Amino acid sequence: MASIPVPDISLGAIAPEITLALTAVVALMLEVFAEKKGRDHIAYISLVGVIVACFITFRLAGDPSWTTFSGLYVVDRFGQFFKLICLLGTGMTILVSVKYNKDEGIDNGEYYALLLFATSGMLFMVSGSDMITIFMGLEVMSISLYALAGYTRKRARSNEASVKYFILGSLSTAFLLYGIALIYGSTGSTQIDIIAKAVSSGSGVEAVLDLGIVMLMIGFAFKVSAVPFHMWTPDVYQGAPTPVTAFMSAGPKAAAFAAFFRVFNVAFPSLQADWWVIIWILAVATMTVGNVIALLQNDVKRMLAYSSIAHAGYILVGFVAGGALGSSAIMYYMLVYTFMNIGAFAIVTVVGRKGEEKTKFSDFTGLGYRYPLMAVALVIFLFSLAGIPPTAGFVGKFYIFMAALKHGYVYLAVIGVVNSVISIFYYLRLSVMMYMQDEPGEDLPPLVFAPSLIAVMIVAIYGSLWLGIMPAGYISFAQSAFLAL
Amino acid sequence: MGAVAVGIAGAMLMLSEFLGPKHFFREKMEPFECGENQIVSPKQRYSVRFYLIAMFFIIFDIEAVFLFPWAVIFQQLGMFGFIEMMIFILLLGVGLIYVWKKGALEWE
Repeated sequence: MASIPVPDISLGAIAPEITLALTAVVALMLEVFAEKKGRDHIAYISLVGVIVACFITFRLAGDPSWTTFSGLYVVDRFGQFFKLICLLGTGMTILVSVKYNKDEGIDNGEYYALLLFATSGMLFMVSGSDMITIFMGLEVMSISLYALAGYTRKRARSNEASVKYFILGSLSTAFLLYGIALIYGSTGSTQIDIIAKAVSSGSGVEAVLDLGIVMLMIGFAFKVSAVPFHMWTPDVYQGAPTPVTAFMSAGPKAAAFAAFFRVFNVAFPSLQADWWVIIWILAVATMTVGNVIALLQNDVKRMLAYSSIAHAGYILVGFVAGGALGSSAIMYYMLVYTFMNIGAFAIVTVVGRKGEEKTKFSDFTGLGYRYPLMAVALVIFLFSLAGIPPTAGFVGKFYIFMAALKHGYVYLAVIGVVNSVISIFYYLRLSVMMYMQDEPGEDLPPLVFAPSLIAVMIVAIYGSLWLGIMPAGYISFAQSAFLAL
Repeated sequence: MGAVAVGIAGAMLMLSEFLGPKHFFREKMEPFECGENQIVSPKQRYSVRFYLIAMFFIIFDIEAVFLFPWAVIFQQLGMFGFIEMMIFILLLGVGLIYVWKKGALEWE
């Protein structure tokens, strides 16, 4: 009997994913075999796994792009850049979680295992050059996130977040899958470069293809929480444990944007004239609704959730602009956003105290005097989110709006700038409350800053400031990352 | 041909709808226990363990789904197929160890 030929398999290409998955398995085994007391080591072992995965990703980034697994998986600088963003988000989240989980009594190995499994899913997603790989990665990521959102299972809000996220997330995944099926029906392939050939030669059935593209767009828009598919975001972000919220707002969003961008710019560049209008509308709606509703929030987590919707809108502006400039702007923005947003959420975990009872705006009053350093850090993150120079958020926004202007989307850039002016109001409101109002009268125990949390804040402050003052190196890295796509 | 087939099938459905005897009584109209007198209430609670067992079943069910085709073409797959499947089984084994140690397999 003839032996079946083995397809080309390069385990080196997926070494970061393998590392993460194995670390997750180790975390699970430590959970059941290690002593019940003192679970910090599981967190630090997970962190080591993430750092090792980072190094491998970094080494793979040097090569020109190549595909493996019969064209299912591509190794290129675009993917590696987004992988580093996802890994950065995971690493910071692990550090934020250490103390929080101990306070909440959820310092289990499963938590870290789920984080790592979600991350490995994200990495598969950003490197998928086939719809099936992207879908698999998305599912691994989403299913872990559904469980993580409800991880504080005794809190009603957390349960609600988990169920909402699960139902809406599976609905959106169904849309995505249906889109993939229709595109496969029209072009005869799930591999994005073959789809591109079929689309540009016009051999596909056009009506089916268009329907497929729209379905695909809806699926991705759900995952990046673009308006009008954003309804789940505030409730899920508010209900999930704060470190998980920080995690969800950075890595999965970056991964979803990477897959979104790759699919639309590799598979359907010839139809760009048709789909940019939809993305344009999505971008404007996302920015405006996110920012305007954020003005009315009284809960910091909820405010940050709406702000994350608005930021998805800015990134969609870069998406519309497209090209080398637009894509490197997206990459740079995503990197900056990871630093500043996780930084902000890290402080919310501290101020929130046990049980997350203190996440209202009024709970932040007077913190500027009692905890000057923490308040300064939060102000840096908020200014960066608002896009005030010299923070990294300013450079990121400048870069995105410049890309839009260069490609002739003047109105879009104007709407974007107007929106970031609106956003300054609610970011400043929180800063003002910290400095210009007296503390509430009630006696509260002092805030506790764990070493791991201080480490996260230092990393986040470094990112939010250094990327704003000296952006050249990172921008050229992002640009070189695009050239390989 | 197709029209004839659809016509016959449709006609049969229509005829049984119009000509068939119909008896409606209380038990029949209830969605639970198919027309019998209810013995137990449909609104009872049952143990969450059933869900756990169902999930474990799915995991090992999927394993069997993969094992059968693998066993059929074991010879052709060669060493590569063997190692791949061992890794797969090992990972599932880790899952089994995990649920075992967590005590999820014990009913009480």
